[in-house]
Amino acid sequence: MKQVLEGSMAIAGGVKMAEPHVISAYPITPQTHIVEHLSQMVADGDLKAEFIMVESEHSAASVVLGASACGVRTYTATAAQGLLYMEEVVYNIAGMRLPVVITIANRAISAPINIWNDMQDAMAIRDTGAIMLVAENNQEAYDMHIQAFKIAENRDVMLPVIVNVDGFVLTHTFEVVETIDSIEKVREYLPPLNMEYKLDVENPYSFGTIAEPSVYTEARYNLYNAMNFSRNVIIDAAKEFDDMFGRFYGGLTDSYKMDDAQTVIVAMGSVLGTVKDVVDELREAGKKIGVLKVRSFRPFPEEEIVAALKNAKNVIVIEKAICPGKGGILSVEIRDSLFKHKINSVSVNGYTLGLGGRDITPGNIHGLVERAEKEENVDGEFIGLSQQYL
Amino acid sequence: MLTKEETHNELFTMGHTGCSGCAQSMAVKLIMEILGKNTIATSATGCLEVFSTRWPESSWKIPWIHSLFENSAAVASGIEAALKVLGKKEDITVLSQAGDGGTADIGLQSLSGMFERNHDVLYVCYDNGAYMNTGYQRSGLTPLDAFTTTSPSGKVSFGNNRPKKYMPEIAMAHRIPYTAVASAGYPMDLQKKVKKAKSIKGAKYLQVDVPCVPGWKYEPKYSVKLAQLAVQTGLYPLFDAEYEKIISVKKISKKVPVEEYLKLQGRFKHLFKDDAGRAEIEKIQKIADENIERFGLI
Ligand SMILES: Cc1ncc(C[n+]2csc(CCOP(=O)(O)OP(=O)(O)O)c2C)c(N)n1
Ligand SMILES: [Mg+2]
Repeated sequence: MKQVLEGSMAIAGGVKMAEPHVISAYPITPQTHIVEHLSQMVADGDLKAEFIMVESEHSAASVVLGASACGVRTYTATAAQGLLYMEEVVYNIAGMRLPVVITIANRAISAPINIWNDMQDAMAIRDTGAIMLVAENNQEAYDMHIQAFKIAENRDVMLPVIVNVDGFVLTHTFEVVETIDSIEKVREYLPPLNMEYKLDVENPYSFGTIAEPSVYTEARYNLYNAMNFSRNVIIDAAKEFDDMFGRFYGGLTDSYKMDDAQTVIVAMGSVLGTVKDVVDELREAGKKIGVLKVRSFRPFPEEEIVAALKNAKNVIVIEKAICPGKGGILSVEIRDSLFKHKINSVSVNGYTLGLGGRDITPGNIHGLVERAEKEENVDGEFIGLSQQYL
Repeated sequence: MLTKEETHNELFTMGHTGCSGCAQSMAVKLIMEILGKNTIATSATGCLEVFSTRWPESSWKIPWIHSLFENSAAVASGIEAALKVLGKKEDITVLSQAGDGGTADIGLQSLSGMFERNHDVLYVCYDNGAYMNTGYQRSGLTPLDAFTTTSPSGKVSFGNNRPKKYMPEIAMAHRIPYTAVASAGYPMDLQKKVKKAKSIKGAKYLQVDVPCVPGWKYEPKYSVKLAQLAVQTGLYPLFDAEYEKIISVKKISKKVPVEEYLKLQGRFKHLFKDDAGRAEIEKIQKIADENIERFGLI
């Protein structure tokens, strides 16, 4: 059914279709609407779940950790400060190989305090061992949440999946979203969770035991391997979703007007809408330009990125987070991927913009395209600074 | 005495790496005897978790999970919620465990949340009066004037300069159905309280005094004796409460001066050096006397 839905409502709707049994949450803008919608669904009896309103994000993540260890499907959502507060637990969930799904309504990190969108929060937890997907629009956010559970619960993955959605830009914006009418069809796509190892009095296991130097490395290696393995699982989950529901947004990446492109703009999340509009204009003007969307940030789609960029001249990377003391984050990983494949003919320019909710305008994108032709390997340079505040 | 057969059937088994004389491990054994096999347990980071689960070995014959230092109560809340969903809550006890540091300091927030939401969880704080696992640093439950590695005695210090935080009353302030204080020195009293807690729905708090050989610096043979002296001096009042009301206290049979308790422990030996130290012992005596008065222990 086609509906005009606020992003948060779309996310809550997608989560509802996955039928999680334990949900916990602590409020933080711009995540609040998501969990408000979910708690209303539970209050109305439309979603049969235990909704635990905890006293902090640390506990939000700990509650779903405990519930997940019992073998039930679990969900939580947060943003920014809340995510940093739960980071310790996110590592722990990943380390214990529990298939929790978490939404991050991406938001800037304090100080200065700022409730608006960028991706610093997500970038701060990129090594936790959680799979990190990024949605471009409300429709993808709806669908991606259903896929997220399927990926997390894959026997050979068993990792938390974080779905990133841009705070406000998606969470508080209304778009047409096609929802799925048949819960049976979703159940067919996403069968009930069946965990091999869980807290069960009939078959007791000890979880979270101490691992000495003789075994710790191997435990981390297994996690590392599972993350690598998840690449195919993410792609398959997207394809199977396409087969059953007729919507596809790419696997780990997606290409837009990439044939013969000499200039490529790489980005994640909602900014891709603006980027694609500008690329349409430039294509009409005869420019060989395309877009590479990164849909999975962890695992990092190295092969896909190299295949997509190896024949380009100029790559423009939109950085919505900073790495003080180095430069960009996404651009650095892209440059490293190309270097590993011995490709040195591509200039990768990382530009920092869109921090703390500042709009990324079509004008900004045009400007980057012009700059990138004259520059080489820019490392996260800030765009559009107001001199008066420096 | 348990037969060899029975020992092997225990739910918290031997073979762990706890110190000889460890009262915490004694308390765990006693508690598990009552709770039985239909129990799922959480542990906070701390001695118990470290000495009972050296992978690939584990002393736990029940499902057990350790997540982090400060979230034992939150993890237990999630387990309880999952059991509700699975329709198994009626048959299974959820036990949440932590040390004094994991309870009264870093874990106080998540514990308060669990209490306030009134999850059907029995929370046990094993109080050995310091962060023992990391090498005897002070916690909010370290008693007045105890030497710890972060509250050392010295030329201008008598050690820990604050009295113990009164954690059971913090629990009671949440108006949970049951709060109890017990001691490894009184196993029957401890087990009676566990039995009672097991029969009550909702959040339960049990704090157990568990002397620690290396942290308190005494001979292993004194673990039970010290636990008993803590009660007989009035320093560790044992009682239980329903909601805000105390329903029973363990009376002191014969009041013992605190000195008898302090002198057996290396962590207080600096108090026995001079008059200034004696004056500190007087302060500790005052704490005991106030407890006796307040709880009506005699
Ligand atoms: C967030 C965090 N901070 C600090 C530590 C280090 N740490 C581990 S156990 C412990 C002390 C535990 O003390 P307590 O809770 O009293 O239990 P005990 O070991 O004394 O039984 C500390 C400080 C940790 N693991 N996690
Ligand atoms: Mg302790």
